[in-house]
Amino acid sequence: MIKRILTLLTACVLAATLASPTRAQSELIDLGTLTSGVIEALPFAIPSFQPEVGGSEQMAADISRVIAEDLNGTGLFRQIPASAFISTPSGFGAPVAFADWRAINAQALVTGAVAGNGNQVTVKFRLYDVFSGAEMGEGLQLSGTTDAWRRMAHQVADAVYSRITGEAGYFDSRVVYVAETGPKNDRAKRLAIMDYDGANIQYLTDSSAIVLAPRFSPTGDRVLYTSYESGFPRINVLDVATVGRQQLGTAYGDMAFSPRFSLDGRQVIYSLIQGGNTDIFRTDLTTGQHSRLTNTPAIETAPSFSPNGNQIVFESDRSGTQQLYIMGANGGEPQRISFGNGRYGTPVWSPRGDLIAFTKQESGRFHIGVMRTDGSEERLLTSSFLDEGPTWAPNGRVIMFARETQGADGTTGLYSVDITGRNLRRVTTPQGGSDPSWGPLQR
Amino acid sequence: MKHLIKAVLVIGALSLSACTNADRFNTTDTVDLNAQNGLNAANDINQTGLGGANDPSSPQFFSQTIGDRVLFEVDTSTLTAAGRATLDGQAGWLSTNSDYLAVIEGHADEQGTREYNLALGARRANSVREYLISKGLASSRIRTVSYGKERPIAVCSEESCYAENRRAVTIISIGQNS
Repeated sequence: MIKRILTLLTACVLAATLASPTRAQSELIDLGTLTSGVIEALPFAIPSFQPEVGGSEQMAADISRVIAEDLNGTGLFRQIPASAFISTPSGFGAPVAFADWRAINAQALVTGAVAGNGNQVTVKFRLYDVFSGAEMGEGLQLSGTTDAWRRMAHQVADAVYSRITGEAGYFDSRVVYVAETGPKNDRAKRLAIMDYDGANIQYLTDSSAIVLAPRFSPTGDRVLYTSYESGFPRINVLDVATVGRQQLGTAYGDMAFSPRFSLDGRQVIYSLIQGGNTDIFRTDLTTGQHSRLTNTPAIETAPSFSPNGNQIVFESDRSGTQQLYIMGANGGEPQRISFGNGRYGTPVWSPRGDLIAFTKQESGRFHIGVMRTDGSEERLLTSSFLDEGPTWAPNGRVIMFARETQGADGTTGLYSVDITGRNLRRVTTPQGGSDPSWGPLQR
Repeated sequence: MKHLIKAVLVIGALSLSACTNADRFNTTDTVDLNAQNGLNAANDINQTGLGGANDPSSPQFFSQTIGDRVLFEVDTSTLTAAGRATLDGQAGWLSTNSDYLAVIEGHADEQGTREYNLALGARRANSVREYLISKGLASSRIRTVSYGKERPIAVCSEESCYAENRRAVTIISIGQNS
């Protein structure tokens, strides 16, 4: 399935560059053999957007910069520096001098204009396939308040990404995670929410109690997380807009943790500890009904719904070590899907439904990996002293996770990696970070 | 409940600052404890309010002399012989000092995923709880909580630290109905 996704991407990039057959041929091969970790990124040019009214110069420059950062950050695109430009557009509506862009080997060209008016801003953009000289899709205009300028930039970048790859973008999205400060033996943790690229960070809780593993609702309006406010781990539901929170009423147990929403946002699956034993339960938020989904003396935890809601992937040590299993949404006899060496935990179903991301421990190293839902085609994407807790970008092409460094001064940080294992990047956060949950594209 | 938590925090802080090595029956430890007591005596610090470690009914005696924690092997919740000996002492103390309630904190080292370690810490805390109950303590006096890998006391990334972190700590406090 990985191959199919990549082939799709290849085909779309090919389509975008058909006017240059020789180049396209060689790129098709490069993109089609992504398992080798080699890809030629698509060169693109984005001349700074035109300020259409006085006073919009800075905003135009900032928006252009964020669009470029989004595209560069994927590893699929490579920005051509402005110093290489032969000419720049004389205006947003002016004819494009394609020869000048072909000469510097730009394959895609993004042009745009920005007009500020009080606290409102309008952004226009067009995307061109330089070699065919054709516009890709129609020009688009976005309007919003000035303080939403980054979102507008992300939406332009999402449109460019989508038109060139044929897949949905992921830039106009947010991540909720645990911000960490202080030494290892006195770490303070609080929930934070930020744009996917680390901008616009806001804190949702203070650090008076341990908070763990926030999980976005499918629409991004609520966050489930584990809190020690009561002295014992319990699940809270937090409203993102109001930052109001309340404890989730769970089935009876000593501790509750590892919650996730169902895709309609009406049910929560989680782990409950009763008498030292951890099993998976489900609570219906509408009816308040609780159901037990597993019933063994083993540890069953980290449940995650399939996108169609029919199945749940989770980890269990019933075989003697942590392994991944899939069961029906109402429980029942699960099927083990992980059989490699080592231990497998924290499975998360891809939003596309085709892959399951997981944390793997083997020979003292931690890895983030993906496998098909039947356990085949396992691929480890990262390796370090401690990588854990994958979460999917809304388009299922990128995974974010937490990495902790070794030793007494060990610190945590967020990273992202492509599902091909390429493009490992640190996500900028002001302090340490762990347990990321990537939310949906915003509306 | 608030009262309980406050007491738990205070005692937790005391026990951590007093001594981080877990095995109270170790001879090296005994020397350390004696040295500390000697220092206190020399400085003539009056401990009547809290009760000293030499007062067998004091929380300090419980945490320092009897030992408030037991350690576990990697990825297990089975009590060791040394652990059972410590818990025999705890059970005896709690039987005598029946005003006290106990919360057993289960912990794991950093080699593991967050969720699994929470569940593992709960198994460890429950092993201690069940052992204490088997020694005649009322189940209503003993609660458990797991911190997983969230509260290491030793910070290095080596077995010497991991061994200290794979622990279950018995935190005592005066019960509300005493």
